[in-house]
Amino acid sequence: MTWLLALILLPLLGAVAVAFLRRDDRLATITAFAVSVVELVLILPLWLSYDPGGERLQQVSSLEWIPAFGVHISFGIDGIALLMIAVIALLVPVVIALLRSTDKIPEGKDVGGLLSLILLQQSLTIAVFAATDVFLFYVLFEIMLIPMYFLIGGYGGPRRQYAAVKFFLYSFLGGLIMLASAIGAYSLAADELGEGTFDWATLVQVVSEAPLETQIWLFLGFFLAFAIKAPLVPFHTWLPDAASQAPVGVTVLLVGVLDKVGTFGFLRYSLPMTPDASAELAPIVLVLAVVGVIYGSMLAAGQTDMRRFVAYVSIAHFGFIALGIFAFTQQAVAGSATYMLNHSLATGMLILVLGIVAARGGHTRIDAFGGMAKVTPVLAAMLLIAGLSALSLPGTNSFISEFLVLLGAFDTRPAYAIVATVGMVLAAAYVLWLYQRIMTGPVRGDAMLAAAPGPGTVQAPEVGARKTIRDLGLREIGALAPLVVLIIGLGFYPKPVLDTVNPSVEQTITAVQER
Amino acid sequence: MIASSWLLVAFPALGALVLLVGGKRTNSWGHLLGCATVAASFVYALALFASESLSQAVDTTLWSWIPVEALQVDFGLRIDPLSMTFVLLITGVGALIHVYSIGYMSDDRDRRRFFAYLNLFVASMLILVLGNSFVMLYLGWEGVGLASYLLIGWYTDRPAAATAAKKAFLMNRVGDVGLAIAIFLMFKHIGSTSYEAVFAGIGDVSPGVVTAVALLLLLGACGKSGQFPLQAWLPDAMEGPTPVSALIHAATMVTAGVYLIARGAPIYNLTEDGRLVVALVGAFTLLLGSIIGCAYDDIKKVLAYSTVSQIGYMMLAVGLGPFGYALAIAHLLTHGFFKAGLFLGAGSVMHAMNDEVDMRKFGGLAKKLPITAVTFGLGYLAIIGFPFLSGFFTKDAIIEAAFGQEGWRGWVLGGSALLAAGITGFYMTRLMLLTFFGKERWRETTSADGREFHPHESPPTMTAPMIVLSIGSVAAGGLLIGGDTLAEFLSPSVGALQESHHGVLPHALIPWLTVLVSGLGVLGAWALFGRRTEGSTYTAVERPERVAWPVRAARKDLYGNALNEALVATPGMWLTRSAVFLDNRGVDGAVNGLAAAFGGGSGRLRRMQTGFVRSYALSMLGGSFLIVGALLLVRFG
Repeated sequence: MTWLLALILLPLLGAVAVAFLRRDDRLATITAFAVSVVELVLILPLWLSYDPGGERLQQVSSLEWIPAFGVHISFGIDGIALLMIAVIALLVPVVIALLRSTDKIPEGKDVGGLLSLILLQQSLTIAVFAATDVFLFYVLFEIMLIPMYFLIGGYGGPRRQYAAVKFFLYSFLGGLIMLASAIGAYSLAADELGEGTFDWATLVQVVSEAPLETQIWLFLGFFLAFAIKAPLVPFHTWLPDAASQAPVGVTVLLVGVLDKVGTFGFLRYSLPMTPDASAELAPIVLVLAVVGVIYGSMLAAGQTDMRRFVAYVSIAHFGFIALGIFAFTQQAVAGSATYMLNHSLATGMLILVLGIVAARGGHTRIDAFGGMAKVTPVLAAMLLIAGLSALSLPGTNSFISEFLVLLGAFDTRPAYAIVATVGMVLAAAYVLWLYQRIMTGPVRGDAMLAAAPGPGTVQAPEVGARKTIRDLGLREIGALAPLVVLIIGLGFYPKPVLDTVNPSVEQTITAVQER
Repeated sequence: MIASSWLLVAFPALGALVLLVGGKRTNSWGHLLGCATVAASFVYALALFASESLSQAVDTTLWSWIPVEALQVDFGLRIDPLSMTFVLLITGVGALIHVYSIGYMSDDRDRRRFFAYLNLFVASMLILVLGNSFVMLYLGWEGVGLASYLLIGWYTDRPAAATAAKKAFLMNRVGDVGLAIAIFLMFKHIGSTSYEAVFAGIGDVSPGVVTAVALLLLLGACGKSGQFPLQAWLPDAMEGPTPVSALIHAATMVTAGVYLIARGAPIYNLTEDGRLVVALVGAFTLLLGSIIGCAYDDIKKVLAYSTVSQIGYMMLAVGLGPFGYALAIAHLLTHGFFKAGLFLGAGSVMHAMNDEVDMRKFGGLAKKLPITAVTFGLGYLAIIGFPFLSGFFTKDAIIEAAFGQEGWRGWVLGGSALLAAGITGFYMTRLMLLTFFGKERWRETTSADGREFHPHESPPTMTAPMIVLSIGSVAAGGLLIGGDTLAEFLSPSVGALQESHHGVLPHALIPWLTVLVSGLGVLGAWALFGRRTEGSTYTAVERPERVAWPVRAARKDLYGNALNEALVATPGMWLTRSAVFLDNRGVDGAVNGLAAAFGGGSGRLRRMQTGFVRSYALSMLGGSFLIVGALLLVRFG
């Protein structure tokens, strides 16, 4: 058994165990947390045994599933998948440790159910990144929606049902169209080789030699699924609803990791499998990407709700990632690959900190807050660190990737890169304005001050009695600390991460660069 | 010693880290640690300066920072005369201002955090000047921007401070876009971002690209150094505590733009157009700053616009290329001394006057604050170019070099620099007279919070740095310019200083012409603000509102802010609002409309919630049939 398989199976077993223990909140939480920590520790041997200069896919294991259609359950990772698996293994224990501070379990639900679903989600997400059989990838891509559907619909905010259905329909539809393309690729292989297969490496060889028109059809099928998942403008409108209704911890996993399946798909499937079509259609994707950067940033600045704010920030960041991928240069694509990790850390932390702010104040409206830095200085510092990483300040992790994306894109597509660089200014605007509204100025707002004594009495806002709002405790600081360390550490020493992805990036873009 | 030059950065960085992570536990000794780390860097820099010859640049690589195929950015430092000059200024003046802050911030319960931010600033500023590539410079560049943001917004409960902090960061980011794109251009055309490779390869790049790089770097410099059109943030930055204004917004950070262009000398030497734009921006800004400086009653804002104007002189000088790089650095150094001294003096006055900044409420303070008045007075004489004090040597050298240009350039650049020298004499004299001389107007009024004024001299931790800086203001100019000491020292970094022998005016005439024009400014100010102290509206406590249009315009920053409002802020807000509307009604509306068309109304979509698991199972079943059907078709069809 490979370390990779262990990483897929452990949270699955954990999910079952926690489901059985769910009557006891405390026991369920401890078990889930322990499982997630062991999972995180298991990343270490996986990381160490991965040889960046070695085979394209490592930790390979395969099992026949449906022999009639050449379907296998086969797993394996490259450097990019390794990063994504590592980041979800990091985020799950952080999310569990902060669950009490960020989320209130709805009436009639138990925390064990939520934790069990989170572990199930973790297992399936790792499996999606590890799948090397296209059919298996499709199946996992769709199955992955089920725990997420129940997580949003069961444990979310007041409009959770609407958000869950919208999320599900969007993704499911995208998946079905991808299935059509997968079957198309299968039939191509059947024609070429005399026997159909869903093996990724074989399909890459066969499909990448297909005529441009065929490639374009196959490309579009995959692209739609990934563009919805990632989400690119104009396929993005499910995300603000899902991100604002899902429990905070679940939003972290959704935006931080699940959505990366989209950009991961561009790298693993679109570019190597349909290089001609990728090159042909790149201008269209680049336009969507750059529009996403500017449009997402402007919408982020205009939001009045902090949960929706984070969703639009992510849409802008996904624009950067897509820009880098479809610029087809080593620097840009390496930038995008590390952006996928760095966005998880930065935005994950931003969502968590804003979740704590909202939970403490009992509001998600930004204008319900004001002057909070005076009351909770540590919480303010955490929000600032997450925000600075989100605006890609040099010295934080995100700078490395945004810089690489823009520099690499400028090499081949200067016009797009210049427009996207404006996103740097907008990012500073939306982050610092958010910080200013929540944290600075005199203490004010519904969340900070007790309500006026009664209807009809006019009261100046600063006169109202201050509510007691606790600053971060030791458990909360401890849970956020790894993120802070990584945000700053990877800003100054990103070499280990870059060395891990560089060879995989090179292999990903050779085909498309040759066209 | 050069091999361990990273210690220069490490001391203050470690200080910031300990103070930020240590939190309240370090309250009792945090300020001492903050001073000690900067002092340690200063001592180390002095030792380095004394023991090494520095006749050429020495690069040290600490680690490989961003390695991606052809792009190899090292975390590396460069020790050369230019960087060492800045290191000495930053750590020297920095250490003095740290000491001053012990006294100035003694009432603030978060003083420890203040020192953490100051240490963070010093560390970032050292990275900025010591980095050996444009990306390292960029790291320090935005790092000082962060420290500046944190310190401008120090008084968090003042909304104006938060707004000013954000404005400073944003306008700097606009400039940073220029710097970033310049770096992208370097990588695209030269394949590297290190100073060594870029300066070696810039000669082979097409002239158009060189000019583009030069202008983009200038955009970055304008943002950081408060030059037109990105000057509006700097006066607002005075919301920060006064030591911050002295260190960051006068002596060091705001001069980073000048450093950038002097550092990029090999690039600017190749593009005459690029240099001319730099010089014109400088000439325009030095006039703009000095004119607005006449109109404000806020002592810190006057000094802020004075800084804008003085950096304009430096920009003008670097725009003269080989005729001016060393002169710009010389003026930057003396300005670092006298302007920091002036700000600390202003801080001392505010400390004595319940944090009041309105000069109309001051008057006659020389008697109450003798040390402040004398040290401030020396700084004043230095900035107006009083013969044989610092400004006389460094500012006049720039005016002389500007007149040394041929044709219209000599007249325009030299003329504006000369005119502004006169205006400088005017606004600085006005400041002096309103604050330290004349009637004691503070006796008849109260501060904004209603307290009476009881002015008193500041404690020794504050006066000592002021005294040291005033000595620098007096002596530095002669030491640096005399015998071209600094120019020769800097020549390995920026090339030898050239002297023009043409020019539009005789050289011997210019210093005395400058003294004359400055003297006229001083006399004019005295005639308005010093001659008559009773009943004059010029010195009345209440600001007269019925004034001529030039004064009105100057009070409104010559409409710089209004321009920003109209061109950027208002359209930006409008665009954002329409985008939010569009996204809610347009994009999402279209999607929901589509769903409604399929599902018979979005209400139905919501009602699906109860039976959804069942219908999900149904769609799964349907999907499975679809999959198997399609596969069978392909496999056996």
